[in-house]
Amino acid sequence: MRYLTDRKRASGLGSGREGTHHHWQMMVSSILLVPLVPILVMLFGGALGGTHEEVLAYFSRPIPAILMGLSLIVIVVHLMRETHAAIEDYVHGTAGKLTLIATTAFSYTIIAAGLFAIARIAL
Amino acid sequence: MADVNRGNRPLSPHLQIYRPQWTSISSIMVRITGIGCLLASVLVVAWLLAAASSEAAFAVVDGFLRSVLGTLILTAATWGIFYHMLGRLRHVLWDFGYLVRVEVSEDMAKGMFILATLLTIFVLVVT
Repeated sequence: MRYLTDRKRASGLGSGREGTHHHWQMMVSSILLVPLVPILVMLFGGALGGTHEEVLAYFSRPIPAILMGLSLIVIVVHLMRETHAAIEDYVHGTAGKLTLIATTAFSYTIIAAGLFAIARIAL
Repeated sequence: MADVNRGNRPLSPHLQIYRPQWTSISSIMVRITGIGCLLASVLVVAWLLAAASSEAAFAVVDGFLRSVLGTLILTAATWGIFYHMLGRLRHVLWDFGYLVRVEVSEDMAKGMFILATLLTIFVLVVT
């Protein structure tokens, strides 16, 4: 039984050169989650349960509208990168690339649709 | 080169027979809650879009989110995003060089579970 592993075969070939940047990005968005997750949950929880008019009035105010948009962007981008890391670990080759593209498209669509809705209510 | 000795190596223990530990379970759950919450974001955005569109559309989406099933999903998503937030905070602490010890990490894993549950109950009571 020989012990040459994939790790051993890859060593010396150089890094992907993007790992530190990805790590730093996750660190930044992880810190940003600490204020923004409670803000999103309380905003959404506070608005849910009202009538249609009450919900429209709620997000017509600048602070709830801005914070809702801000937390939506930061949290969805963070969760997208989190999902990308999982895909890079478990889905390889063309399937992996297509899954990465699909989750990216999905995430930015969610952000665009959410921002449109908030803007339409607020303005 | 790429074909050297593939499949004839000792393997690490399979996940199914690997004894679960607080550290491994919490790591897996941070990932699962992250992916789950990305999917759950559809509900929040659908609700906002419905509110922005029409009274009728709002009634449909709002009615679903306030049904028993909708409340269960939103409660799970709330717990999940709090758990994920705490799990990520733990990574930040580790990255800054603090609390990198197995016993402390196990305690933090239990703490994440408890704190996420308390935060979720708090949100359910207050909102």
